[in-house]
Amino acid sequence: MNKKGFLYRAFDLYYDGFRHMSLGRTLWTVILIKLFIIFAILKVFFFSDFLKQKAPDNEAGYVATELIDRAQ
Amino acid sequence: MFNHLLLDIDASTIDWSRAQFALTAIYHWLFVPLTLGLAVIMGIMETCYYRTKDEFWKQTAKFWQKLFGINFAMGVATGIILEFEFGTNWSNYSWFVGDIFGAPLAVEGIVAFFMESTFVAVMYFGWKKVSPGFHLASTWLTGLGATISAWWILVANAWMQYPVGCEFNPDTMRNEMVSFAEVALSPFAVSKFCHTVTSAWIIGAVFCVGVCCWYLLKKRETKMALESMKIGAAVGLAAALLTGVTGHKSGMDVAEVQPMKLAAMEALYDGGTEQGLKIVEGIEIPYGLSLMATNDPHGFVPGINDILNGYTTADGKTEISVDEKIERGKKAIAALSGYRAAKFASSDDGSIAAAHLKVLKENMPYFGYGYIKDKNAMIPPVAINFWAFRVMVGMGCLFILFFAVVLAGAYQFPKALWKKRDITALPAWHYWVAIALIPLAYIASESGWLVAEFGRQPWTIQDMLPTWASVSDIQSSSIIITFFLFLILFTTMLAVEINIMLNQIKKGPQL
Repeated sequence: MNKKGFLYRAFDLYYDGFRHMSLGRTLWTVILIKLFIIFAILKVFFFSDFLKQKAPDNEAGYVATELIDRAQ
Repeated sequence: MFNHLLLDIDASTIDWSRAQFALTAIYHWLFVPLTLGLAVIMGIMETCYYRTKDEFWKQTAKFWQKLFGINFAMGVATGIILEFEFGTNWSNYSWFVGDIFGAPLAVEGIVAFFMESTFVAVMYFGWKKVSPGFHLASTWLTGLGATISAWWILVANAWMQYPVGCEFNPDTMRNEMVSFAEVALSPFAVSKFCHTVTSAWIIGAVFCVGVCCWYLLKKRETKMALESMKIGAAVGLAAALLTGVTGHKSGMDVAEVQPMKLAAMEALYDGGTEQGLKIVEGIEIPYGLSLMATNDPHGFVPGINDILNGYTTADGKTEISVDEKIERGKKAIAALSGYRAAKFASSDDGSIAAAHLKVLKENMPYFGYGYIKDKNAMIPPVAINFWAFRVMVGMGCLFILFFAVVLAGAYQFPKALWKKRDITALPAWHYWVAIALIPLAYIASESGWLVAEFGRQPWTIQDMLPTWASVSDIQSSSIIITFFLFLILFTTMLAVEINIMLNQIKKGPQL
């Protein structure tokens, strides 16, 4: 592989950077735990797409009914 | 404020949804301003290194970049939760705003991902891999990427406060963007961006000076502390003065498009010309409010009662009363109902639908007023707005003084005043005051958000949709659970950040 090529140098930047991290390891651990909680727990179990569940084929109709009824 | 809490299911859904959104936004905003502020400071420090090639500046820049990285890592993705909340708790709102809100957020996500993931990596991993010039550019571009992200988020927020560049489509029940430029370059968004970003620089500067003072208190890293303090105080003074200027422009925008917010900020019930600016109740700066709102000491500023009952400005512009707006809002909603019924009825040849559509378009600017049952619901929480505004402005003035004194001390200017005093060897309480200002800077910044968001109540979209029409029809219990989950998650993250940050500050730079 051409070590002076852009792709190698870009790969080397990340590879070498990640390999020699010290504080970065702690920060990445925190980031990964946080992303897991956000996407695998909160999004899956608590934050479903309300309209897709309630009116999967007629979201506009559902919202229209809601907005008209709530003004009564 | 949360008067409906736990009383009945519908009302508590609204209040808990609002409380959850506020909690998430407040925590998210603890991380963002420090990122924006430190980005400028570390950029200046690395520029010093680039120009002098002095190893001292390189290590100083690396130290502040490390603190930037800790804050960046803790804050990253905390804003995504707000988007989850839109889809679950605020589904009517999310559908109604259509792509107007989605487009800026999508641009923000893409720009943030590509700019920050590329240039942050070069900034941290590239010291020995790229040229000093490219590294310096990457450091500045990291900050620019974060600032551009803030731009798009604030464009989305500004649209909610001042909806422009859109047209409501009753078939899709969505507001459709008719002018991207109008949305992206809305004057309200420009003012909001300038005011928010310059205020974020203050937080970065207060943090920088506070950390330097801790080193001076401990009598270590004196050179780094003094040189960093000079940069921090210079950035802070410039930012605090700019925040004042941009704040004035923001105040004028609010006076024009959200007069009720301004009236609540001033607890002004009966307005008029030549209005004074209250410092506290009973003490005021003559003509101050008129000047702030209209750039004219004799300008007309409406009060809460004027807005409720209708008023005529000095230049003859008439604003109709809330009762009339409510009538027109009801007409708009009735026309929407009629239009959709006619549209789906086989008997209509299109003429009935067209007639309803005409009425809807005529009254659409007042659509949201159709949901108002009691016109007093139009008044935002006055006490919160009044005091939050004073905390924000008062702290802003204090920071101007603080940075001016620190800068004068760091540069020993004027010589006569400082000849017997050395800013690196002052009595300890001086440094403690500077350290104590760090949390106060956050309180000032969050107060700004309280003014912006409480002041626009009851609207999620100004004049178009109130909170109780925006919220999803869901059980409040699920929102309560996630509210406390967030509270635990965010507080833990904050504790982790503070702990890692303090450890790194104790370690100090590798000079």
